[in-house]
Amino acid sequence: MSTHVNEQHTGFGASVKRKEDPALLRGEGRFIDDIHLPQMLHAAFVRSPYAHARIGNIDKSAALALPGVHAVLTHADLPQAARDNTLPLLVPHPAIKLVKLPYALAKDETCYAGEPVACVVADSRYLAEDAAQLVGVDYEPLPAVNDCRAALDDGAPLAHLGAESNIAARFPLKVGDADKAFVGAAHVFREKIYQHRGGPFFMECRGIIAEYDAHGDAYTLHVASQGPHRIKRSMMEVFGFGDHQIRVVTPDVGGGFGPKGSFYPEYIDVAAAAALLRRPVKWIEDRRENFLCTHQERDQYWDMEIAVDANAKIIGVRGQLIHETGAYVPWGIVLPWITATTVPGPYVVPHFKLDVISVFTNKIQTTPVRGAGRPEAVTTMERLMDRVARELKLDRAEVRRRNFIQPEQMPYKVGIIFRDGRPVTYDSGDYPACLDAALKKSDYDGFAQRQAAARAQGRYLGIGMANAVEATGLGPYESATVRVATSGKITVYTGATPQGQSHKTTLAQIASDQLGVDFDDIEVVTGDTSVNALGMGTFAARSAVTAGNSVHVAALEVAAKAKKIAAGMMECLEDDLELADGFVRLKSAPDVKKSLREISVRAFGMPGFSMAGGLTPGLEHTAHFLPDQSAYSNGAHVAEVEVDIETGEVKILRYTVAHDCGRVINPMVVDGQVVGGVAHGVGNALYEQLMFDDNAQPLTTNFGEYLLPMATDVPRVDLVHLETPSPLNPLGVKGAGEGGTISAIGAIISAVENALAPFDVKIAEAPITPQRIVELLGDHAWGRTR
Amino acid sequence: MADTRTIAVTINGTVHNATVETRMTLVDFLRHELKLTGTHVGCEHGVCGACTVLVNGVSARACLMLVVQCDGQRVATVESLAGDRKLNVLQQSFQDNHGLQCGFCTPGMLMTLTEFLRDHPEPSEAQVREVLSGNLCRCTGYQSIVDATLDAAKKMREAAR
Repeated sequence: MSTHVNEQHTGFGASVKRKEDPALLRGEGRFIDDIHLPQMLHAAFVRSPYAHARIGNIDKSAALALPGVHAVLTHADLPQAARDNTLPLLVPHPAIKLVKLPYALAKDETCYAGEPVACVVADSRYLAEDAAQLVGVDYEPLPAVNDCRAALDDGAPLAHLGAESNIAARFPLKVGDADKAFVGAAHVFREKIYQHRGGPFFMECRGIIAEYDAHGDAYTLHVASQGPHRIKRSMMEVFGFGDHQIRVVTPDVGGGFGPKGSFYPEYIDVAAAAALLRRPVKWIEDRRENFLCTHQERDQYWDMEIAVDANAKIIGVRGQLIHETGAYVPWGIVLPWITATTVPGPYVVPHFKLDVISVFTNKIQTTPVRGAGRPEAVTTMERLMDRVARELKLDRAEVRRRNFIQPEQMPYKVGIIFRDGRPVTYDSGDYPACLDAALKKSDYDGFAQRQAAARAQGRYLGIGMANAVEATGLGPYESATVRVATSGKITVYTGATPQGQSHKTTLAQIASDQLGVDFDDIEVVTGDTSVNALGMGTFAARSAVTAGNSVHVAALEVAAKAKKIAAGMMECLEDDLELADGFVRLKSAPDVKKSLREISVRAFGMPGFSMAGGLTPGLEHTAHFLPDQSAYSNGAHVAEVEVDIETGEVKILRYTVAHDCGRVINPMVVDGQVVGGVAHGVGNALYEQLMFDDNAQPLTTNFGEYLLPMATDVPRVDLVHLETPSPLNPLGVKGAGEGGTISAIGAIISAVENALAPFDVKIAEAPITPQRIVELLGDHAWGRTR
Repeated sequence: MADTRTIAVTINGTVHNATVETRMTLVDFLRHELKLTGTHVGCEHGVCGACTVLVNGVSARACLMLVVQCDGQRVATVESLAGDRKLNVLQQSFQDNHGLQCGFCTPGMLMTLTEFLRDHPEPSEAQVREVLSGNLCRCTGYQSIVDATLDAAKKMREAAR
């Protein structure tokens, strides 16, 4: 691929050090709260203390009387458009029965604890919070829906006044005829599985600064986001702005993991306040607000059956998924849809039927968090596979092997439609080889001996595995402009918006291959709607595929154009030229050359002169790579754990990941994504739990109550890389950002169950916390038998 | 009007005289008054460690300290680490080992480890993990941070020889 030879290759495939790092390490990053604008005011929110309530009178007088307070906005104070329109539905779907979305400030009903009711703006955040305390709101508490199963009962309270039921959406997924296939199956097993995933819990909370230019009636929003273009789109949908009236810029972002890609009411409120007061207004979410108001993933209840033949080969899988959407449906049914379509995974499932019900509750809405519903699907399928192995007394790996889709079956049509509207068609991958690689690396064959030795000492070791196939690189596109300035300096602009994924390094690496320069000579500018007209942003493990290939295509075009112009300047053939070290030169005589600066100046044109030879002006190109469908990554995880039967503590002794994300742009960066993803999965498997009381009142609102994995909890991860290039894009890449998380929960749960097999403990839930393990051990818990 | 005090606090070697509200936290003083924005706020309740600074050489949560408590004290922040160099040994090890992704928790990690490596020049991996358990990172899975720390310790020992 590389068209130039450097002493040290820094392009595609090289583990170069990150361009992002020096500033971040020196404390010179620029995150949203690091931006201080002249005359800037600060916002704080009055939020509903009830999960469900009717709003009565709001008394702002005491708050407004406080010195330093500039405004208190309620629903009635918002611009007309924000009073008339709710936040937009980002992904509509006919299966959505009831579209419910919040207003920027609650109108007459609040539907989760923490829903913003008023926005207070003051000279400082301290004063704004003082004043927020003084806003008097009359609430009439209403019955709240706490549980998505109970929400379906006759006579259950309604999450929204006036709704017919709590069903947000219901849809079937079907392959073949499961009901017919189950008749006469050698074995049918049923599992009821409860899964709970927490929230994203990025280290930097959300935030926004809004600037309003009265002269142009235009807004600049600085937002800690995963894609400013979609925020711009949502703002336009609410306000009807012209394209020139709104610019959204995203600075350095301290983690996103999905929910920073959503659109939130505070963005409208802060923009409205800035316009009203004609001064910049900043709002930074505090951690308590983050627990209350940033989107989470939470509850799914599965009731599933698997039918297998006498040889443990899958005949069919069927069942029901009850998915909690929370108070609103900003992403429609994207999350349950991804979950549902991920269930078959790497296995041949000839017949599949799933009834999916998405249910309203009075809690903050659920939208994709790293893995985006896939971890739950994988955990469910892998629980079923473990069950088959146990019942038929087969090795768990053997059951998987008998059911894997074989590499020669690629491309493989699963038979269902994915959220991108395309049939789920796996493009490439070798699933049996991937599991075998993980098993080998983890010394699976030697485990029985380790387990026996430990048991002889009264210690309980277990091993578990989980396999996943992941749709990555989702469309529709990502934008990339590669521009060689008339100084010769090269800049890549993209709508992809990193939150730690290293775009500034990896996209420069991709461009450098075509442009014959070191990756360090290319600057990558991300997340600014004023430099790329279009963009989607960074989520869904999509940026390597979409932005990566757009940069690749744009850089190829720029290189071709540079050669064409240079050929004219040098009076030679384009084919005789190559790009190297910032020049276009003759392959046969490298000293005969033109610099990119000279070529760019030529491409810029001279005032009054026609462009030569029909050239389009500028040494630049904009590309929008359009993936036809998802590129499917895959992985196999093997976890080895020790469970303390006195305390219920789970210690991960060994953790192995074999994964295949196609061709790798920067191995160091991919390793980091995978290992970090595993840590997120460890949290979901063992610790992270968002608790609510019967009135849907959040009980976990800080990091003392909600446990994130620490350095002492997360194991060292042994990695094995497989590399099956995707045939679907020029670079052959697939996404790597979520695979670490997706299989981790299933593998860890499986290992814990295996460790507790002597006590016949069955685990059909995640997370599996120490107290829950002790509970499941019952009389076998050591503390009770001593 | 809010209660105020006049204090003199030494930040990264420079004495700052200021009249501050008694309720102002150290981290807000650093970030919003002095515009030293390298110290980050992650939780405001002392768990995540993103705001870790050194007060008289000892690590402290700048979100839990009031700036008036720092009157007459010495505070060091991430901005002090590199000095005239591009990066110091620890910072360079973080880059070499991919010890950061989003970089938000990084300043707190660096300050915790600056104190730790000063006092423990030959740490074990278990010791490193133990000291890092007071700093949360959601991106890296910690492994690369542990590796960076052990790498830095080795380089510091070599340099001291």
